[in-house]
Amino acid sequence: MAMRHFRVWRGNATGGGFQDYQVDVDTGMVVLDVLHRIQAHQAPDMAIRWNCKAGKCGSCSMELNGQPKLACMTRMSVYPEDATITVQPLKTFPVIKDLVTDVSWNYEQNKRIPPFKPKPVDPDGRRRMYQEDVDRVQEFRKCIECFLCQDVCHVLRDRDRKDRFVGPRFMIRLASLEMHPLDAGDRIEQVQKDFGSGLCNITKCCTDVCPEHIKITDNGIIPLKERVVDRAYDPVMKLARALFGRK
Amino acid sequence: MLDTREIQTVAHDVIVIGAGGAGLRAAIQCADQGLNTAVLTKSLLGKAHTVMAEGGIAAALGNVDARDNWQVHFRDTMRGGKFLNDWRMAELHARHAPERVQELEDWGAVFDRTPKGLISQRNFGGHRYPRLAHVGDRTGLELIRTLQDRLVHSDAHVHMECTALEILIEGSKVAGVAAYWRETGRFVVFRAPAVILATGGGGRAWRVTSNSWEYTGDGYALAYGAGAELMDMEFTQFHPTGMVWPPSVRGILVTEGVRGDGGVLLNNKGERFMFNYIPEKFAPETADSVEEATRWLDGDKNARRPPELLTRDVVARSILAEVRAGRGSPHGGVFLDIASRRPAELIKRKLPSMYHQFKELADVDITKEPMEIGPTLHYFMGGVRVDSETQQSRVPGLFACGECAAGMHGANRLGGNSLSDLVVFGALAGDGAMAYVRGLGQPPAPSDATVRSAFQRATDILNRESGPNPYLVHEQLQEVMNDFVGIVRNAEDLSRGIEEIEKLKTSAEQVKAHGASQYNPGWDEALSLRSLLITAEAVARAGLMREESRGAHYRVDFEGERDEWLPFNIVIRRAKDGRMDVEKVRRGEAPAELAAIAYAKIEDLEAGRVAAPAQGA
Repeated sequence: MAMRHFRVWRGNATGGGFQDYQVDVDTGMVVLDVLHRIQAHQAPDMAIRWNCKAGKCGSCSMELNGQPKLACMTRMSVYPEDATITVQPLKTFPVIKDLVTDVSWNYEQNKRIPPFKPKPVDPDGRRRMYQEDVDRVQEFRKCIECFLCQDVCHVLRDRDRKDRFVGPRFMIRLASLEMHPLDAGDRIEQVQKDFGSGLCNITKCCTDVCPEHIKITDNGIIPLKERVVDRAYDPVMKLARALFGRK
Repeated sequence: MLDTREIQTVAHDVIVIGAGGAGLRAAIQCADQGLNTAVLTKSLLGKAHTVMAEGGIAAALGNVDARDNWQVHFRDTMRGGKFLNDWRMAELHARHAPERVQELEDWGAVFDRTPKGLISQRNFGGHRYPRLAHVGDRTGLELIRTLQDRLVHSDAHVHMECTALEILIEGSKVAGVAAYWRETGRFVVFRAPAVILATGGGGRAWRVTSNSWEYTGDGYALAYGAGAELMDMEFTQFHPTGMVWPPSVRGILVTEGVRGDGGVLLNNKGERFMFNYIPEKFAPETADSVEEATRWLDGDKNARRPPELLTRDVVARSILAEVRAGRGSPHGGVFLDIASRRPAELIKRKLPSMYHQFKELADVDITKEPMEIGPTLHYFMGGVRVDSETQQSRVPGLFACGECAAGMHGANRLGGNSLSDLVVFGALAGDGAMAYVRGLGQPPAPSDATVRSAFQRATDILNRESGPNPYLVHEQLQEVMNDFVGIVRNAEDLSRGIEEIEKLKTSAEQVKAHGASQYNPGWDEALSLRSLLITAEAVARAGLMREESRGAHYRVDFEGERDEWLPFNIVIRRAKDGRMDVEKVRRGEAPAELAAIAYAKIEDLEAGRVAAPAQGA
């Protein structure tokens, strides 16, 4: 057990600031354990959003020493023993209280994306797809919606262009639909026009923070951008589409 | 006094409380049929405990082994449940599961595939054939995301971070739900003639549990308070494999898929001890040598299943016995080894979340070294007593489905039968609520007095001068349940547990939450204590009454299944004076055609020598 120093942002939409806590930390603890200990003994009304405490639900996203992280998957042992841990809410979204932010904008974006549209079943009434064809879609579907990628995305965080760009999370959602072997929908035009793929300048910050290690930029956003470009600049395809519809 | 005129009121046809697999499926069913539907969730959408389900969803699709069918699935389920299951529910479940799984694929779910491109199925404890459709070891997330994306494109309303306090009853019928918004701390009254409880279990009453924050037994307490009955509460499942080290992650689930894919349990002498614990009943279907178990793993269809895949209660107690005999691992568990059994690449592909979980939380590389694991409170077989066809409780308009409902799993649940339970009975509860609402005339309106009393208790917690710390009362309860209402029970411990729970009830009445009502976890914690305590008391009292060992309920002072107990369920309801009434209630007779299947020899069933019941379902 060792005494550690935490600085936690406390406040709400009207303002706030950092408060200091000295807290005993046991072997093997993660940051969320320490925050719970502060809550139980020193700050009972400190707001934290958390659920599974096993890195599977993506609720406890926050900024630890400036890094977007899941508090439940960040072990105290990654920090030097004398280091102060500074804990802040996600910067990209409005604060509700303390470490909890209003992420409802993300849910609105998901609603805007045209849903899965199944192709007809095979003649025997079944659906078939092959593992090698679903591997990349399954990578995207690992997303736990922690919104750390949204938090770190320059377009959303620094430029606040939530009106133009849906952010990496929903680029991945779009990729998972567009690359789904059984999907008959077509969202490529919208990817650029409505969802703002052009605003991403592929700095890959989103990939770096993804706790599920999804290669958001390389496997999701770049292939989507390529599809947009192919579509826009391929005159033969343009004509074919005009005559026969998509695909 | 609260002025009820200032309280926000919202009207719907049906309110689903809970946004896990069962709640979302029920809401889809209601919304698709045109009901004005709302989902209330304590958390954000998509965060429910269902996301932690790893292994898969059981359905007799027969994609991997064509010998599988609903009857074999039904038989496995009844045997796993020690024949205490509601016969009709177990039948409906086995019959409907394949259709519900196919429907998930129609809605965009991407399950792992067989070489022929169909939905792949994996082996799991208690299932005779490879039966679990899965997505690596994150099947629950796939289920939630699929249902979530389907739901948000329907007309259903989703009220996020909204906590139900009480079911409002008017003249014995459901009239709505009293709730509060966590974001603002403000109260809200939902008026609705039908409420579907889909709140999951109550594992947070124990210290070592795989359950998430939300699992505080809210559905049990809401139903109990509204006058419904709880049943089979003594059957709490301890999953054999939870993490044991470091302490802060103790209890986090390690999927049964590790064993399904070849992982073995070892004691500190390196012995594969499960061969010493094979119950007589399962001996004919279980491998009795390492050699045979290895052949099974290599795909030999004539080999019998390894003993690591016996039902969860057997495996959990065997682990406990090894630990108590001094053959445990350094941190009080045993070893689960897949590293020496499978190539590293395969482990990472089949069990990616397990690989990361151990790497990141315990510094253990499961492709190179064994895991340390031990039993963890995982699942409630018991819950709200409902009609097997409509999922309605004895309170008109109050429905329950998923983990918070009783009956389907009997005395023990097979792995993989939970996710299928959610979608099968979620859909049926939706149909049940639909039929009820359509058949009802004028929906009852909650009276001011009911509304006022529902909110008074909540405000008192904030307004009183001082009182016990709710976080610490919760911790004390967790110690009590771990110490006295654990895997192995006896009358003395259970009675002591009940005494301790009674004391904690008094503390809980007086807890004080500091600060304002806006997003105040101390207040949330204080409010959840009532649910936790009702849940804990129900488990302890039912456990004390059932004087036998059956499935997940194990009494050292009453060893073995007792025939005289099989015809009874234990039913719990609130008496007029507010005390908890516990009663032994006789079960209905087993339908002859279903009993014939459940008790059939597997060879006879597979050779078609057992008459199949009519396709009535």
